[in-house]
Amino acid sequence: MSAASNPFAPSLHELNKERITRRGRIITGLLALCLAVPVVLLLAVIFVEAMPVISLELIWGNATDKGRGGGLWGPLIGTFYLVITSVLIVSPLGVGAAIYLNEYAREGTATRIIGLAVTSLAGVPSIVHALFGLGAFVLFAGMGASVQAAACTIAVMNLPVVIAASREALGAVPRSFREACWNLGASRWQTIRTVVLPNAWSGILTGVILAVSRAAGEAAPILFTGAVFFKHVPDSGLARLLPYALDDTFMAMAMHLLVISTQVSNMPPERPFAAAFVLVALVLLINAAAIRMRMKLRNNRKW
Amino acid sequence: MSSSAGKRLGERAIEAFITFSGWSSILCMLAIFVFVLREALPVVPKIDFVELFTSTRWIPAPAKGNPAHYGALGLITGTLTTTLLGMALAVPAGLGAAVYVAEFASARARETLKVLIELLAAIPSIVWGFIGLMVIGPVVARVTGAPLGTNLLTGGLILGLMSVPVIASIAEDALRAVPDTYREAALALGASPWELVTRVLFPAAKKGLLAACLLGLGRAVGETMAVLLATGHANQIPTSLVDPVRTLTAAIAAELGEAPKGSDHYRALFVLGALLLLLTVAINVTADIFVRGIRTDGAKRAR
Amino acid sequence: MSAHLELENLAVRYGSHVALSGVSFSVPKNSITAIVGPANSGKTTLLRCINRTIDFVSDASATGDLRVNGESVFGLRDVLSLRRRVGMVFPLPVGLPMSVYDNVAYAPRLRGIKRKAELDALVERCLRQAVLWDEVKDRLDLLGTRLSGGQQQRLTLARALSLEPEILCLDEFSIAIDPVTTMRIEEVLAQLKGHMTIVLVTNLVQQARRMADQVVFLNASRLIEHGVTAQMFERPQSALAAQYLCGAIG
Repeated sequence: MSAASNPFAPSLHELNKERITRRGRIITGLLALCLAVPVVLLLAVIFVEAMPVISLELIWGNATDKGRGGGLWGPLIGTFYLVITSVLIVSPLGVGAAIYLNEYAREGTATRIIGLAVTSLAGVPSIVHALFGLGAFVLFAGMGASVQAAACTIAVMNLPVVIAASREALGAVPRSFREACWNLGASRWQTIRTVVLPNAWSGILTGVILAVSRAAGEAAPILFTGAVFFKHVPDSGLARLLPYALDDTFMAMAMHLLVISTQVSNMPPERPFAAAFVLVALVLLINAAAIRMRMKLRNNRKW
Repeated sequence: MSSSAGKRLGERAIEAFITFSGWSSILCMLAIFVFVLREALPVVPKIDFVELFTSTRWIPAPAKGNPAHYGALGLITGTLTTTLLGMALAVPAGLGAAVYVAEFASARARETLKVLIELLAAIPSIVWGFIGLMVIGPVVARVTGAPLGTNLLTGGLILGLMSVPVIASIAEDALRAVPDTYREAALALGASPWELVTRVLFPAAKKGLLAACLLGLGRAVGETMAVLLATGHANQIPTSLVDPVRTLTAAIAAELGEAPKGSDHYRALFVLGALLLLLTVAINVTADIFVRGIRTDGAKRAR
Repeated sequence: MSAHLELENLAVRYGSHVALSGVSFSVPKNSITAIVGPANSGKTTLLRCINRTIDFVSDASATGDLRVNGESVFGLRDVLSLRRRVGMVFPLPVGLPMSVYDNVAYAPRLRGIKRKAELDALVERCLRQAVLWDEVKDRLDLLGTRLSGGQQQRLTLARALSLEPEILCLDEFSIAIDPVTTMRIEEVLAQLKGHMTIVLVTNLVQQARRMADQVVFLNASRLIEHGVTAQMFERPQSALAAQYLCGAIG
């Protein structure tokens, strides 16, 4: 069938455009692959290099010989406590701030300044957070290098994360619900407590989980506010589960990885890879939990 | 009624906490400025600011009897070059991936890619640094014949990989926010999908796209751990892609541990921190001014 | 019969925009008053003043007075108790994201009623009054948001009735629901008139004629005319009212 007899056949110009579109599609697809492929490759490399030492002992055992042998229990449990303390501090503040911004404050200069502060806080480099933590919590507040100083520093770092996720969750609850409650004589807080918060819960939790993930992975803020490379952790007993006091220094995964990658001589290469693998696995698992929570929220919406 | 009066008291306490939380981010931001400047100020009179920006002689802790020099040009160029290199990689990859995910990908590919982007963003910076040091660095050294794997090129590559998810996700939001009516109108006029993207979507979303790039830039400038491990030790102006460099952030992280508290060296590091703070806050605030248009809450703000 | 509701020169502005200018009339107890008028004449604003949900509009300011049982609503310190005396039904049906039972039990629970037997009886009574009981009695745990539009509007009415209000306000309640449900709710209102005062904002002139004892006609924030229904429809005194009520303008 010649082009002359079929009026719907593409012209040369259109065929050209189709070719360009196809090319554009391929190029952008490749660029998208640039995201996907390196991740998978790099994580695979880490895993492969770490394989010789992956075992239960790696998780449960204490580090020996400056990290050249043994396991990661000390840093792991330290990261655990750091994260829990930090999240306990940041969650009420972050959720409270989101409630204030979304439910109480009037649109105006005040909310814009607060919004700007949240954005600026999100952009502060982690080393500057470390400097702040050092100056404010370790020195000025007299906490000394400790779990609590590090937890406070990381809490400040994570405030924007929790606020942003919580605001989104609160904002997704339709205004009509609130108005219905107000017209029944419910106060603002009663409305929030009984209708808004219960329906924003999953979104808020997603934000908290993201904060957990960041708290587990950050190294710079804890370097000078309490994390140390070595601390004696008993080999058995209850103290094994609770080796650090709030006002004491502690070990952490990020710190451990930093030191064994750069400052210990004669380090067998599988060791840092193993530590990196455990840290990445931990963080990715936490993030996967957040993603799953978001999907569940999408499916379980009550309206 | 006494019961309702009592409830009002508890409610008032909660609302007071909520209001306080609302202002907490401003408090934190101010506190960061205050504490960083507080530690930095005493050394400022001793610093020649012309030298700071024009000289590479960084000798903050000189041998006895010699004058201190605070030339940060080497560090500044370290930051600049690694960031620029990272952006050169991240901006096309991020924007391209965003276009693919927003316009060309099938629904399943979109879901998978979005999850991958999120996981990529979750990888802690210490792990990126480790990857630069132990995985990419050796490859770069082998391919280019450079003596050291930790150099500008490796650092730039890592920064690029770290910034891509930031740019990709925000750019994708921006593209998705363009109303469907624009798309329908363009296609009805005979535009090919590619022309739709380049001639309609990009101009319509340009503020959001710019914001995406700025936020990626902010991340790259502020990055600490990754560049600490991946760029090497040399405080110098690089003359080739494979010269080792050092960034402002890495310098602070590397030297703070050894600088005695309260010494001039220690305070000079806080000065660098203050500069970084101002720079990153400026970048983030600018980006926020652009982003303000594209994000809408799920429901109108309840007042 | 003493007036239940009295408006005296009530004027409301949103910033610089005038929503109501100097409206005065009174509403007798246990009667149905219809407030009619074209769009943007201030009808919804007026309702919002009755239970002071006007407070939630950020740039609203009011002058003049609105009295419930002789007491000015603007001077009230305990606004929440006022809102519990006034039931409100909106144009768009809203089911709260909880079970039908919890929807109706919401306000009573806030007031402190906890005993299951008491709540059960209350829920059933209100759902019966709102002509919804038969449709949901076996499925009281159904999510309020999953009901049909007509059912959600009746659910809203049931919620309002759970307050045992003195005054029931309805703001164009029928525009988003089907005619059958509208008719059933109108029957309910006619029965409720015996023990509560009803203020009905409506765009449907015929609805006002069917239901109301007195009609108040607003246009562009002004009160043009008000009076007994029969008189308003047969011998209106202002030309504008005459035109609107016979459907010449809308």
